[in-house]
Amino acid sequence: MTTIAPPFNGGDLRHLRERRYYTGMKLALAAILMVFAAFTSALVVRSGLSDDWQATSLPGILWANTIILLISSFTLEKARRSYANTESFQRWWWGTTALGATFLAGQMMTWQQLIANGVYVDTNPSSSFFYVLTVTHGLHLLGGVGALLYVAWKIRRKNSKTSAATIMGVTALYWHFMDGLWIYLFGLLLFWS
Amino acid sequence: MLLAITIWVITLITTILFAGRFWWFPESVSSHGAQLDTQFVYTLIVTGIIFVLAQAALGYFIVRYRERPGRQATYSHGNDKLEVIWTTATAILFFVMVLLGFEVWVDMYIQEAPPDSIQIEVTGQQFAWNIRYPGPDGEFGRTLPELIDDSAGNPLGLDPEDPSSRDDIVLPTMAVPVDRPVELLLRSKDVTHSFSVRELRVKQDTLPGMVIPLTFMATKLGKYEIACSELCGLGHHRMRSFIDIFSEEDYATWLREQSEF
Amino acid sequence: MAEATSTTHAVRHEAPTSFIRKWIFSTDHKIIGLQYYFLALFSVLVGMVLSIFIRFNLVWPGTELPLLETLFPVGAPGGVMTPEFYLSFLTMHGTIMVFFVLTTAPQGGFGNYFLPIQIGADDMAFPILNMLSFWVTFLALLVLVAAFFVTGGPPTAGWTSYPPLSALGEIAGPGLGMGQNLWILSIAIFCIAALLGALNFIATTIDMRAKGMSLMRMPLTVWSWFVTAILGLLAFGVLLSAGVLLLLDRVAGTSFFIPGGLVVSDQIINHQGGSPLLWQHLFWFFGHPEVYIAILPAMGVTSQILSTFARKPIFGYRAMVYAMLGIGILGFMVWGHHMFMSGMSPYSAILFSLITTAIAVPSAIKTFNWLGTIVGGNLRLTTAMLFSLGFVSLFVSGGVDGLFLNQPSTDIFLHDTYFVVAHFHLIMGVAAIFGIFAASYFWFPKMFGRHMNESLGKIHFLITFIGVYAIFMPMHFLGMEGSPRRYPELTGFDFLEPLISLHAVITVAAFITIAAQVLFVFNLFWSLFRGQKAEMNPWDCTTLEWTIPSPPPHDNFAGEEPTVYRGAYEYSVPGELQDFTMQTTPDRTEH
Repeated sequence: MTTIAPPFNGGDLRHLRERRYYTGMKLALAAILMVFAAFTSALVVRSGLSDDWQATSLPGILWANTIILLISSFTLEKARRSYANTESFQRWWWGTTALGATFLAGQMMTWQQLIANGVYVDTNPSSSFFYVLTVTHGLHLLGGVGALLYVAWKIRRKNSKTSAATIMGVTALYWHFMDGLWIYLFGLLLFWS
Repeated sequence: MLLAITIWVITLITTILFAGRFWWFPESVSSHGAQLDTQFVYTLIVTGIIFVLAQAALGYFIVRYRERPGRQATYSHGNDKLEVIWTTATAILFFVMVLLGFEVWVDMYIQEAPPDSIQIEVTGQQFAWNIRYPGPDGEFGRTLPELIDDSAGNPLGLDPEDPSSRDDIVLPTMAVPVDRPVELLLRSKDVTHSFSVRELRVKQDTLPGMVIPLTFMATKLGKYEIACSELCGLGHHRMRSFIDIFSEEDYATWLREQSEF
Repeated sequence: MAEATSTTHAVRHEAPTSFIRKWIFSTDHKIIGLQYYFLALFSVLVGMVLSIFIRFNLVWPGTELPLLETLFPVGAPGGVMTPEFYLSFLTMHGTIMVFFVLTTAPQGGFGNYFLPIQIGADDMAFPILNMLSFWVTFLALLVLVAAFFVTGGPPTAGWTSYPPLSALGEIAGPGLGMGQNLWILSIAIFCIAALLGALNFIATTIDMRAKGMSLMRMPLTVWSWFVTAILGLLAFGVLLSAGVLLLLDRVAGTSFFIPGGLVVSDQIINHQGGSPLLWQHLFWFFGHPEVYIAILPAMGVTSQILSTFARKPIFGYRAMVYAMLGIGILGFMVWGHHMFMSGMSPYSAILFSLITTAIAVPSAIKTFNWLGTIVGGNLRLTTAMLFSLGFVSLFVSGGVDGLFLNQPSTDIFLHDTYFVVAHFHLIMGVAAIFGIFAASYFWFPKMFGRHMNESLGKIHFLITFIGVYAIFMPMHFLGMEGSPRRYPELTGFDFLEPLISLHAVITVAAFITIAAQVLFVFNLFWSLFRGQKAEMNPWDCTTLEWTIPSPPPHDNFAGEEPTVYRGAYEYSVPGELQDFTMQTTPDRTEH
């Protein structure tokens, strides 16, 4: 007969209990990835299929947005590392939140610019995909900003059953993923359309 | 016990009904039809054997191993060797069968239509078929969507400006000569339809925005029904037309008569 | 056992006392499982009623049904079903059955209830998320049912909603306006719920297993829910994306799926360049794994029940696990076999056909191992066992007839005929439903502390088993005669008229079989209150749910994490006093 299998982790029960949040977040990211994979394959098929595809010229503000988002990933890491120092943590964390909100505002300006130029969602398949991809990503990032606010509130209350490290870690995972996803989408829009 | 008998009886009835051919395909009237039917029969034999063996064994085991006081079930976690043999055997059987079936698929869909084949354009719409013959010049003329007008008798939007349009014949039914390869060019005006003729063993979706070629050769005279096989709206079940298979002479006469209208 | 309890303190969760927190917005996976189960039960009743009207109209079109006029004065003026109303019923039947029954009951229902218990957890990994998944599913159902009552009527584009038919709006036909919008919305909402659920199932299986519950000791039911959740996580996102694009084509004027130059009823459609095939690819990339989402849990339940009532270990446990994983992986690579006649490249048809044939291999392994499990056993023919044996029979029947459809050549004739209807109803519909029935009879004592009536159950089984064969076997013959799917009536074609008598036989068989389901519903509700009391482990089964009271307490294991010492199916171990050894029974050498 077989013997008892050892526990899964060195016995750090708290760590063991909280691992599920990381697992859950990774799974959520996998599902989100599939959503965008489906959009991507649709874009590839649709652009290769017909001769009505006209590249949408991307407003320059997108470059600024990209840089802002990249910086926000950096400041988020800064915040996590300085968790012990409340004041510095607060500064970096709120800074990240502000950068995230700025990115969203920047995206909205992009849309406004396009609309001002007469580029709507139904103008061309290329613009259709531009709006679908950026709006979907924007909604996800809005969720990310919400998460940053929630964490700030949660940590201040200090009575959470889950450790601050896990809450921040999971949020950071999501944030960096949205950052990376944006780089990918931006590249896709830049080079494929 | 009752379950075992039920399984056996169901298996028996099913086998009799399939083997007895009480309901069967209509007679095939195309050159590839016989091949398709043979492939179906091969598949039926292979799957039939597996079906009967598996169901019979299931019934037998239920009877043989039903609960008896004092019987001890054997303690076994399986038998890898048996498993591998069974699985490999099934896999080989299935793959060979499937590979055999590709021949007729390649003939129908991958090989180019022979040069002497007649081209006929079929355009589906809610809820009718439009059959177009190129006329004496052998060329399909230009069509424009904005000219489409069902009530004015121009369902395809033929452009009278184009000389090769003028002799095109558009009809609600189809006729083809026997023993001549035919290449259909399938199109749709609105939604997805599917062109199917049972006796010809022909079925192909017609997609708007695409022209899908389909080759066949009729081998027997007769008149058969064309049906739509892809849900296209509330009149899907009324999308009926006919195909006449004429002798070469009758076909020529028929075509002449049509163009005189 | 002493060793196990000494390291962890019993931390008990108290059950919420308010009615709303306990029964409505509950975070207890058991309550949520029951909520899913009863949602599916409601849905299946609606779906069955729709199929009654569908079958009736096929054989006796034009009959006046006063009931229909009362319910739907617009769709059925004078009580006579219009063709478009038939198509609405067909669409709703398919959608309700596939999404709200076959996806919901086996996974959301039984999976929710028993996955945590079978791995020794006190709940799912994310209880609040779990509650949310259910209520989002509920919302999706409400939106779908609302489509019955909007102007223009319920959608008519079929459960596959192929564009351009589904994308053009009202101009393409009745029900394609608001009804179709609600359909897409409902499916999109359902996708979100399914994704949340899948995430929860996977995380629970990975991170919440009790001590000693290694992957290869998990009951096959847990494996099946686990693989199903992985399929769901990867598939539903794609359907969601496709749904968003389709909705934009309808409401925002985009052209993802609508090609140019369309003329509908003499009106030019102002779209260009889209691809109807793109939808089909995206839809079936979800749609084929969906088939396995419906049937994998039934496979797991069948394995569990066959082993239990044969009093034998499962034959080839590892092979069963690998077969499920194999089915899952291959399931993502075969979507094109739904599209042989679609105008897709004929070369890819060959490729898809070959990969589809490969799925026969893991399926053959499963069948062989189920037979191997009962050989040499001591079969207790309980109702649950009967349904599981019936499942094996149906799985074989609905499996082998797939071999006619996975060859592009034979599919030319059979595509979109009743042969296909027979195939997917046998394998995806009825086989999966047999899994649900088996699970219901098997776990009812655990869920409610009472037995369902066995005599009634056996009668229910026999009628249903014979009934489903009488319905779906003759449909193969209809297919071989070329009878196309989705025809509201058979009067328009010469070749269809002789088939009406066979259709009538099927319709009568369907009525009898559906009527027999009253037995099940009655048995279910009667046994809730009057059933014979069940003990902790009435079936002498080895898995963890049978180590706790029936019904289980709010926190499952009363705050003590169980320790697992062995695999899930140790029956008739030589030298043991009993013919079953619980997963929690310590090894004798340990003492």
